[in-house]
Amino acid sequence: MTLFLQRCIDGLQNGAIYSVVAIPMVLIFKATTLINFAQGELAMIGAFFAFVFAVQAFSLPIWLAAIIAMVLAALLGMGIERTLLRSFDPSDHLPIVLITLGVFYIINAFAGDIWNYQAQPEVPNLLYDMPNFGFWDMGEWMQGRSSFFTSEENRLGLRIQHDSVGLIGALLLMLLALHFILNRTKMGLAFRGVSSNTESSRLVGIRVGRILSFGWALACSFGALGAILVAPRITLQPNMMLTVLVYALASAAFGGLDSVGGAALGGFVVGLLNSLVLGYVADVDRLSSLTAAPLVMPVILLLVVLWFKPQGLFGTKTVERV
Amino acid sequence: MSDNMLEVHDLTASYGQVDVLRGVNIEVKTGEVCVILGANGAGKTTTLRSICNMPVVSCSGTIMLDGNDISKSDTGATVAQGMAHVPQGRGTFPELSTLENLQLGAYVRTDNEVNDDIDRWFQMFPVLKERKNQAAGSLSGGEQQMLAVSRALMARPKLLLLDEPSLGLAPIIIEDLFGTFKQINEDEGTTMLIVEQNANLALSIAQTAYVLETGSIALSGPAAELRNDPAVQEAYLGA
Repeated sequence: MTLFLQRCIDGLQNGAIYSVVAIPMVLIFKATTLINFAQGELAMIGAFFAFVFAVQAFSLPIWLAAIIAMVLAALLGMGIERTLLRSFDPSDHLPIVLITLGVFYIINAFAGDIWNYQAQPEVPNLLYDMPNFGFWDMGEWMQGRSSFFTSEENRLGLRIQHDSVGLIGALLLMLLALHFILNRTKMGLAFRGVSSNTESSRLVGIRVGRILSFGWALACSFGALGAILVAPRITLQPNMMLTVLVYALASAAFGGLDSVGGAALGGFVVGLLNSLVLGYVADVDRLSSLTAAPLVMPVILLLVVLWFKPQGLFGTKTVERV
Repeated sequence: MSDNMLEVHDLTASYGQVDVLRGVNIEVKTGEVCVILGANGAGKTTTLRSICNMPVVSCSGTIMLDGNDISKSDTGATVAQGMAHVPQGRGTFPELSTLENLQLGAYVRTDNEVNDDIDRWFQMFPVLKERKNQAAGSLSGGEQQMLAVSRALMARPKLLLLDEPSLGLAPIIIEDLFGTFKQINEDEGTTMLIVEQNANLALSIAQTAYVLETGSIALSGPAAELRNDPAVQEAYLGA
């Protein structure tokens, strides 16, 4: 029983990581109906931006560095959309997807060149270094419960990483923020309009190009935030998102490629499935000798979803009555 | 306001090598309902798409909206300048709710009377109010057309372009819809340019009519006159 619970906890802990990459992916898909393969790398470079400001150059507090990194990532995303993608016919997906693959390699190589492919030893944890405004300090609160949230076994015989709870909390906050932006602001409404029907959007006077820029900015800044949050866990290095990307893709497809909430839930489902299936079905010791073998699970899930329910759990099955 | 809400001079349009419009001239007087009749493939839809500069076609010619040259304005800008278009196939946002569709219709507006207008169109089309939170894509064809028209009117246009509003609707609904067009035209003073195959009904609410045949205007004049024209009767009124 304890082992089962532990596997569930591990699964959810990993699931949160998949969710934070899957969510921005869904945002781009909503805007453009294409998969942005560069999403993981854009998030990774965002985490490095924060690293530069917090550790390498200015020793800013990590929360401030994170805000700067989100802004820079947003600008980078808008720049990519404006310069590399806008001139292509949006209905012709192949060239655009190839470009996102190209961006993937460029960013990865660029980051590798600057920071080389080794894990950075000192990665500040945003969750423990939030501005507390004098009333509640999460880092302190967690430390007060360090006998429960610990990498050792706690009194229930479970290992719960201290930052998992914070990570899941932060994920929920991200979802709330996105929900607010998409459903309560004019820009968000226009974004959903473009996502629903580009021609109708032009007919109501929406500047579609600007909204696409906004979508990329939103996706990249939230992607950067996600990467900053998970970097202490999965290490900060240029390849940190390589495998996460596959899991995130499966998560997004599972939840429905155009559903933000679905992607978040999908992340947890993929995390749980992965942990349970690998735990009970697969011979982990033998599998882990093949480094990529655990990736089989999300790929199988991806195939099953595309086969039986291509629109995913919460995705829209193009509703149209004529 | 100028006398003519819309002036189209020498409009030509082509899809690649194929000429669809060959020098079309249209004038729509401020406050009137004008109808363009024509068979399938005559270029009716292309005319409307060219007027509001939607992609797909390459076109040339001058288009004046209320005295301003809009030939070079992109589609979004023409909305801000007072032209709204209900395209064929409705032009709604299927995944968004009825209410959100109407809110998006007012996207270019900055005044604070948007909610009043929404209430107004809900009064005009009570069924839309019942479907307020339902996805537009799940409405019936007639309801979607009402939504598309209200969505366009939310921009408070000076000129409303309607592309075959009767397409795919039951006759009784079509009749209601055209009655509403007439009422809106009279109450709001919204100038309308309607492209239709249902000639009889369209001519009954229009003041001016044009007949488009293979890319150019074959006939034009007051709607009442065209209605009695033997050629029109034979070709479009089934007489």
